[in-house]
Amino acid sequence: MLQLIFNTDFFFSILRITAPILFATLGAVVGEKAGVSNIGLEGTMMVSALFGSLTTYWSGSWAVGLVVALFCGVLVSLLMGFFAFNLKTDIILTGIAVNMIGSGGTLFLVKVITQQTEGKALASTTSLITAAHQIPSWNIPLIKDIPILGPILSGHCILTYVAFLLVFLTWVLLYRTPLGLNIRSVGENPNAASSVGVSVLKIKYIAIGFSGLMAGFGGAFMSMYYSMGWSLDMVAGRGFIALAAQAMGAGEPVGSMLSALVFGFAQAFSIKVSSKGIDSNLVTPIPYLVTILGLVAFALVLRHRVKKQHSASALEKTAK
Amino acid sequence: MAEEYVVQMKGITKVYPNGIAANQDVDFNVRKGEIHALMGENGAGKSTLMKMLFGLEQPTSGEIWVNGEKVNLSSPAVAISKGIGMVHQHFMLVPSLTVAENMVLGMVPKKSGLFIDQKKAVEITEEYSRKFNLEVDPNAKVMDIPVGMKQKVEILKALVRGAKILILDEPTAVLTTQETTELFRELVNLKNQGYTLIFISHKLNEIMEITDRMTILRGGKSMGVHETKDVTAEEISRLMVGRDVVLKVQKDKAQPGDEVLRVRDLEYVNEWGKKMLDKVSFSLRRGEILGIAGVEGNGQKELVDMLFHLNVPNAGTATVNGENILGVSQRKIREKGVSLVPEDRMLYGIAGAASIQENMIADRCGSKRLNKGPMFDMKSIHAEVDQLIQDYTVLCKSGSQRVDNLSGGNIQKVVVAREFSNNPCLIIADQPTRGIDVGATEFIRKKLVELSRAGVAVLLVSADLNEVMELSDSLMVMCGGRIAAYFEDTSELSDEVMGEYMLGLKRQTPEEVRRVCHE
Repeated sequence: MLQLIFNTDFFFSILRITAPILFATLGAVVGEKAGVSNIGLEGTMMVSALFGSLTTYWSGSWAVGLVVALFCGVLVSLLMGFFAFNLKTDIILTGIAVNMIGSGGTLFLVKVITQQTEGKALASTTSLITAAHQIPSWNIPLIKDIPILGPILSGHCILTYVAFLLVFLTWVLLYRTPLGLNIRSVGENPNAASSVGVSVLKIKYIAIGFSGLMAGFGGAFMSMYYSMGWSLDMVAGRGFIALAAQAMGAGEPVGSMLSALVFGFAQAFSIKVSSKGIDSNLVTPIPYLVTILGLVAFALVLRHRVKKQHSASALEKTAK
Repeated sequence: MAEEYVVQMKGITKVYPNGIAANQDVDFNVRKGEIHALMGENGAGKSTLMKMLFGLEQPTSGEIWVNGEKVNLSSPAVAISKGIGMVHQHFMLVPSLTVAENMVLGMVPKKSGLFIDQKKAVEITEEYSRKFNLEVDPNAKVMDIPVGMKQKVEILKALVRGAKILILDEPTAVLTTQETTELFRELVNLKNQGYTLIFISHKLNEIMEITDRMTILRGGKSMGVHETKDVTAEEISRLMVGRDVVLKVQKDKAQPGDEVLRVRDLEYVNEWGKKMLDKVSFSLRRGEILGIAGVEGNGQKELVDMLFHLNVPNAGTATVNGENILGVSQRKIREKGVSLVPEDRMLYGIAGAASIQENMIADRCGSKRLNKGPMFDMKSIHAEVDQLIQDYTVLCKSGSQRVDNLSGGNIQKVVVAREFSNNPCLIIADQPTRGIDVGATEFIRKKLVELSRAGVAVLLVSADLNEVMELSDSLMVMCGGRIAAYFEDTSELSDEVMGEYMLGLKRQTPEEVRRVCHE
C-alpha cells in the first residue's frame, strides 16, 4: 500500500498541486509585509482563471491568455486597494466581496459571454480549452535522466518552475531592494515610513498589486494547465489555504513555501488515497484538516515564543 | 538683530476644529547655536507649537520664518528641506529593520541600480555616528537595542537628512538617569558644532542644566522668554504652574472616620524597565478627600491603574475595608464599593455607541431590582435612569440617545451619575473635570464634596492644581513615582510651594510623608 502511494508520481504531483497554492502564498506574504491583508486572493484567482481561459480560446495562444490572466489579477487587486485605501472600506469586507464576485460573478459572466445555458451541467469553459491551449511543460535536459529525481523534478508545467523561482525572487525583492525595505517599513510602522517621505499609499498599492499578480499566475495555472478550463469554484479554497500557509510560514517567503508544500502534500495524499478506492468523503477533508492543525501548531509555537520573551524581559527587570 | 534668529514664530495662534485654542498669539524665537527650552505643563501647547514648526500642523494665524526667510511649512518634508528635524517622543523607527536600514529609509543607497547597498548604508551610519559622537551599532536590529540607543538613531536620522535645527520632544521621558546624562553630553556636543536645539520638557532640573534660554508656555500663551542663568527655579515653577482662575467651592471641615483604602509599599516597573511607582504608601479615611497632585507621568496614572486592576504591581498591598483589591476582577472591586471616574472617559468611561440608559446601568444591570426573571424590567430601568438624568442634569432628549452624541461635559455627567449613585464607599476620581465646560466642572466638584461629607472616601487625582488645592482636605504630591510631600491641611498651601514639590526641587523626609498612613 505504502509503495503504491509513495512513488515518483506522487512526489511529482505534490509539486504540481503546490504550485497554485504557492503563487497565492507569495501574494499573501508580500501583502502582509506591507500590512495589507488580501483575503480576496481566492476570488482574484477565479477571475484570472476565467479570463485567462477565455482569451486563450479566442486567441489560440496560451501566452496571450497568461498575460490577460495576470492583467486581470492586478486589476482586481488594485480595485480592491482603491476601495480599501482611498474609499476607506474595511479591507476584509472588500476581500469578501471580491471572493463573492469570484464565485457567483464569474459564473454569471461565463453564461453571458459563452451563451452556454445551464443544461445538465453548470456553465464552464472546459469544453473550450484543448491540449493545444495548455501551458506547455518542460523536460529539463540532463536532470530528466537522473533516476527518481528526474521524474519528480522534470516535466512540470513551466509555471510550476516559475512559482518556485518566485520564492527566491520575492525574498530578494523584500530583503535586498529599496522597495522591499519600504514595504516592510510600511507594514511595521507606517508613521516611521511616512515621516521620512515614503508614500504609504503608493507602497500599499504596489504590495496589493503584487499579490494580485501572483493570484493571476495561480488562476492561469488552474484554468490553463491544472483543470484545462474554467468551472465553478474550481480554485476550491486555495486562496484561503495560501493565507494559512503565509501565517504558518511566519510571513517569510521560504517558510511559507514549506508550509505550502505541506498543504500540497496533504492534497496529493488525499487524491492518491481516494484513487486507491477509499471513500472520497473520508479523504477530501484531509488538506483542510491539515490547514487547521497547521494553524494550531503555529499558534502554539508563537505563544510559546512570546511567553519566553516575556519571562526573559521579566528576568531582566528583576535583575535590575 | 533679526538675523541672529534661525527660527522666528510670530503671533502664532492655533485653533483646532473642535474649538480648542492650543496656542494664542505665541512668539517663539530661537537663536542660532543655542539650546532653547520650551517649557510648560501638559496641555500648555508645547507640542502643538512644535508640530507647526515641523509641518505636521498649520497655524490658524501667524508667520513662521526660518533663516530669515518666510516659509510655509505644509508638511514634514518641507520642514526637513528647510533644515528642521524632529526627534519624536514616540520613536519613528521600524523595529525589525537594522539601525543602518532605519537610517537610510526613504533615501536608500543603491547598487546596480536595483539593490540596497547595505555596505554603503552601514558606512553612512558609521560616518555620522563618528562625526557626532553618537555611538550606535549599525547592524543591530532596532528591536534589540536599548531605548537610549534608539534615541541616538532618531537624532542621527534627522542629522543625515541635513537638519541644522533639532526639535527634541521630551527626550528624557523614556531614559534612565545614566542615559539622560549621556544624552546631555551629546546635545552640548551638537551645540558646539553649531547646531540649534529646541528642547521640550517640563523637568526643571534638566532645563537648568543644559539650556541657554527658555520660553515658557501656560494655557497656550507665552509667559515670556528668559535667559536660563537669570532665572531661579522658583520663578520658573511659578510661571509654569501658576493659577489663573479660582473657582471657589464651599465645604465644611472634614471629619475623617475609619480607614477605607490602605495602600502599602506599592511598586511598579513599567515595560521599559522604568520605576513608575516606588514604595507608595498611604491611607484614605471615610469622609475625606485626599488629593494627588503632580506633573503628569509621575506615577499617578499607574497608581490608579493598580487600584482598579487595569495593571498589576510588582510588589505591595492595597485593601479596601480590610479586603484585598489587587489582582481582583473589576466586578469584585465594585462589589466592595469602589467607584472609578476614569481619566480617559471615552475609552474607559462609556461605550460610545450605546445609549445613555445602557451606560448608566452598565454596572448594575444584573441587580434584582432591574430584572424580572431572565429579562430586564424596562419600567424600573427607565425610572432609575430618568431619575439619574434629572439628578445629574444631563442635557439630552431622552435616555435612549447615543451617549457619544453628547458634549464632553454631559458625557462626564453620565459617567459620574453611574459612579456616584451605586452607594460607593470609595470614589477614585481621575482627572474628573478635564476638558469639560465650567458648568459641568462646578457641578461635579460640588457633588464630590457633598458625597465626601456624607461619609464617602474620595481619592482625587488631578493635573489641575486649582482643582486639587480647592477640593482636597489633605494633599499628596507625586514626583518620580514617589510621594514627595504630604500636606494635612490644604488651606494654607501656596502655589509656589506646590510647584517646588511637583517639579522635584524639594522633597519631604520619609517621616513627614509617612504621616499620610495615619498610623
